[in-house]
Amino acid sequence: MNVKAQTGLWIAQRASAAVLALCVAVHLATMVYAIRGGLSAAEILSRTRGSAGWLAFYSVFVLAVTLHAPIGLRSVLNEWLGWRGTLCDIFLCALAMLLAGLGMRAVLGVFL
Amino acid sequence: MGTDKLKVSVWRGGEGGAFQEFDVPRHPSQTVLDAVTYIQRALDPTLAYRFACRVGMCGSCAMTVNGVARWTCRTHVDEAISGKGEISIAPLRNLPVIRDLVTDMRQFFDKWARAKGRFEGKRTRSDEFETIVPENENRKQIDAAIECIGCAVCYSACDVVSWNPDYLGPAALNRAWTLIKDERDTRTVERLRAVAGDAGCHSCHTHMSCTEHCPKQISPTAGIAGLKREVSLALFRGVL
Repeated sequence: MNVKAQTGLWIAQRASAAVLALCVAVHLATMVYAIRGGLSAAEILSRTRGSAGWLAFYSVFVLAVTLHAPIGLRSVLNEWLGWRGTLCDIFLCALAMLLAGLGMRAVLGVFL
Repeated sequence: MGTDKLKVSVWRGGEGGAFQEFDVPRHPSQTVLDAVTYIQRALDPTLAYRFACRVGMCGSCAMTVNGVARWTCRTHVDEAISGKGEISIAPLRNLPVIRDLVTDMRQFFDKWARAKGRFEGKRTRSDEFETIVPENENRKQIDAAIECIGCAVCYSACDVVSWNPDYLGPAALNRAWTLIKDERDTRTVERLRAVAGDAGCHSCHTHMSCTEHCPKQISPTAGIAGLKREVSLALFRGVL
């Protein structure tokens, strides 16, 4: 991986961290607010199903996680296990796809 | 105080060596280098260590004193001593040990070269001097970082260096930062490429050990943060 790509990863991780800071705050605040008087799963689903706003919000959340977590894990693997190079990057791409797949499956699960 | 004894444990041998204990007489204002010199001159002439100026200019006497990288010529025994009245002196961390307190500094200086740490101007000796006024903002940033004496204390204190042997380290990156801010220099883009990525500024975790331990009160962390900004801007401008 050349230095341009490595710099791009660094920027992507910082940018996704900023997005995540906002998303996590909104997610937690919404959960605390929504269940304060008791709320069933059916009632939650009635609010999220067909809601384009929540679909967009959680899609952005999943995208940010998909970028952020594997890039951070890349540094951990590089520095703590000494695992570097193409094979490590392929593994992390696969992890990113797994996170995106599982995350979007959950998002679509409450949207559709 | 002149008759008091100081217990000094000194690293002997190479990577697989061990500490050896010596009793050294205490003196007022005694430095750690004074103690090492006493051992070599009075107790064991085979002890290997480096020093030159003894006044904090040359950067050759840095060692690990009670687990902390320090310049030994300007470190008083009083400030380095443990609660038990003992001092351990070992070679700098993150560098191969040649013998006793002497490390092989080649990788440290090779990384300065890798970071394009050499000034290359555009004027010749027949041109006039380029005027950069003291109020110049770039000049002020250089002033804050230029007094590095190359002692490798920051390199020894940096955890990223120990995790990633390719990492250029705080001193080389700090040097690159002073040249990137130098308006007379002509190799900015080349240098930004050299200091970007996994082996360069982007691996810094901002632990600030370099800044904490630099005997010249330089903050390589600030310079490295500046490099991250400059490299990112270069990428966005399409010149990286």
